[in-house]
Amino acid sequence: MSKIAFVQKNKIPPSPAPISEVGFIGWLKQNLFSSWFNTLLTLISIYFIFIILRDFIPWAWGGHWNTKSLRECLDLNPDVACFSVLTARWKQLLFGLYPAEEYWRPTVTFIFLILSMIPILFPKYFKFFWFSVIYPGLAIWLLWGGSIWGVGIVYIGLSLGIFTFILLLKLVSKNTVLAGIGALIFLIVFFMFFSNYLVNFLNIILPIALPPVESLKMGGFTLSLIVGITGIVASFPIGILLALGRQSNLPIIKMICVGFIEFIRGVPLITLLFVASVLLNYFLPPGTNFDIVLRVIIMVTFFSAAYMAEVIRGGLAGLPLGQHEASASLGLTYWQSQRLVIMPQALKISIPGIVNTFIGLFKDTTLVSIISLRDPVGLASTIRADQTWNGIYWELYVAIGLMFFIFCFGMSQYSQYLERKLKTDK
Amino acid sequence: MKASSPSTDEKFQIGMLLSDTRYRGTSLQVITFIIFVAVFFWLVDNTLKNLALLGKDVSFNFLFLRAGYDINQRLIPYSSDSTHGRAAVVGILNTLLVAFVGCVIATILGLFVGILRLSKNWLVAKLMSAYIEGFRNVPVLLWIVMVFALLTEFTPAPKAFKGADPQATMLFFDSVAITNRGTYFPAPILNEGAYWVIFIFILSVFAVIFLKRYADKLKRETGKDFPTFLVSIAILIFPSTILFFALGSPISLEYPYLKGFNFKDGIHLRNSFLALTLALALYTSAFIAEIVRAGIMAISKGQTEAASSLGLRPNKIMNLIILPQALRIIVPPLISNYLNLTKNSSLAIAVGYMDVRGTLGGITLNQTGRELESMLLLMGFYLCVSLLISSVINYYNRSFQIVVR
Repeated sequence: MSKIAFVQKNKIPPSPAPISEVGFIGWLKQNLFSSWFNTLLTLISIYFIFIILRDFIPWAWGGHWNTKSLRECLDLNPDVACFSVLTARWKQLLFGLYPAEEYWRPTVTFIFLILSMIPILFPKYFKFFWFSVIYPGLAIWLLWGGSIWGVGIVYIGLSLGIFTFILLLKLVSKNTVLAGIGALIFLIVFFMFFSNYLVNFLNIILPIALPPVESLKMGGFTLSLIVGITGIVASFPIGILLALGRQSNLPIIKMICVGFIEFIRGVPLITLLFVASVLLNYFLPPGTNFDIVLRVIIMVTFFSAAYMAEVIRGGLAGLPLGQHEASASLGLTYWQSQRLVIMPQALKISIPGIVNTFIGLFKDTTLVSIISLRDPVGLASTIRADQTWNGIYWELYVAIGLMFFIFCFGMSQYSQYLERKLKTDK
Repeated sequence: MKASSPSTDEKFQIGMLLSDTRYRGTSLQVITFIIFVAVFFWLVDNTLKNLALLGKDVSFNFLFLRAGYDINQRLIPYSSDSTHGRAAVVGILNTLLVAFVGCVIATILGLFVGILRLSKNWLVAKLMSAYIEGFRNVPVLLWIVMVFALLTEFTPAPKAFKGADPQATMLFFDSVAITNRGTYFPAPILNEGAYWVIFIFILSVFAVIFLKRYADKLKRETGKDFPTFLVSIAILIFPSTILFFALGSPISLEYPYLKGFNFKDGIHLRNSFLALTLALALYTSAFIAEIVRAGIMAISKGQTEAASSLGLRPNKIMNLIILPQALRIIVPPLISNYLNLTKNSSLAIAVGYMDVRGTLGGITLNQTGRELESMLLLMGFYLCVSLLISSVINYYNRSFQIVVR
């Protein structure tokens, strides 16, 4: 047995990496200064950031918040921002020309909006879904005011219609189609003949009413949110139906859907809004003249429904054909297989596209300023037309841009979160 | 035992039209068709009634009447004595001009930002993603009015260029003036013989294309490299330059100069045009950057690794392996973004640029009171553009799609 002079008994601890390769310095070296070209890029970027911040920070930081007019700001220091316009007019930017003593109504509507979204966004609270169902009517009543029964009657009528449907199904016939037709006839009769009397009657025994506010008074972010969110909610089901129609093998339905989608996608939203403001009255029976905000909402809904349909069609096309065949071989009907097998998967793939459509729609609500509704961009010119704030640009634009940025960026981050959460593969 | 499957001699019932899958499709289509036709006729009937009430008819004759208004930017001769139809054409050309210039700028910027967004340099990548998120998440209308405000409120008035010690100076050796009335560039003046120079230049461009073909062929057949780049530059520069001086400099530049309170001569780009084009280009470039990034990232890493194991250098990998594959993914959404830009150019009204919506759908509509006809023509124009562009996308998809089986 040979003698071993030396055996290392303990493991030699690894010596620390050179200081230039780890920690902050290592990170700097790897990410910013790895080559001469990278160093050059870094220096250019730093210079660029420096230029922007050098001008922006003193301007924004030293800004005046409490002057009475732009003149006063310029007298104090013309080189800094004059945020006083926001102090003076922030209510207008949020609510437009909504009567000041009624500001609580849009505020409450907005809070309720968040509450009504909770059951949809978080499945844990799904038992509160009834609130999300009531919410649209509640919001309309809160915003436009008037008697609560004007909106309430729709809910009463629809509940009675569903009740009739169930009753017919139980008592008369098992056929859902016949029961559906029966319930439809009931609804038509109800709304044509009885609803007015019922509304009058309810108004007498339970007069709950808010002072009415006309649509033209609405503006600012309230208007953007009204148009945007109604458009988003209403365009979603229409978009799904259009997408299914486009995929369908019934030629007439397919043709109608394709025609609608291609027409709406082919023209700019602004022309559709002009149709809403000058042309829609031509297409309706003489003497009809309904609310401009409602007209805009209808057009915006059509517009985003067409885009939504294309996004969902993309999702449907992304599904392997085997899914359709498998669900058919299980004996599911068309609507069952759509509801249980196809749509959950197709919608999941199309989430990024759907949220992008939503973001696009929300940004496009600024276009209503061109048909002289007072959304934030339109209000900026209104405020500038005032003698006290004549000539103010950046403070308003920065504030409005920031509001939109927060909303849209928030939505896109939520979609990325949703994508990660719903990712079942990998 | 009876057969449970439906047989042909089963008695037909009226309820089966809706419940039996054999008939349901057809009856559903018939119902839809009837409703569709009914709604259509209802709308047409309403329109006719309304027009009758207002004492109007449907006629496109107004296109041949005198317009009576001026358009400050025109690519073809136009005066207030021209017809409404010509005004519409001027508008269409203005729309197409904004769309074209905007698309070019947006593509260049978008490619640049999209590639830099993938840079390994942390700071550059972050800066580029801030650019993308910033432009994407703020409405384009706001960008348009902001750029317009920047150009009109924060640039010197022409009179600031006046005097011995002016407050503002012209850029690039007194050739470009940025004022609050627009930007003035030198304009090329074509004298006698100029067309020869241009002709020769176009010929040399063709020569370069043939040279490239020849070099490729040479490379394929013999493997020899031909110094394409240097020879191309020589072909492009020398013949036209020699001819240019031989003919005694037939092309000269006409510089803008200050006369009274305004600049004279040169090319005048109005602020409305500049603001609209720049804002649309910046906004769209953010979307294009994301498309470029997604396209490059969609190419699997194995492609890069395989290419580098073949011994290709990074720029060769990009040019020969990644980009050709990425382009297949990038091009269709890129073209549809061009379409979006074209449609967004209808926001020109916010800055008073006279595009087709400003002439045909704006002043003409208001002056003649022909809302229906003007809007129909306007929508028809946009629809044509969009159908044209989507057929280009379809053609591209058909010819460049990877053929499976």
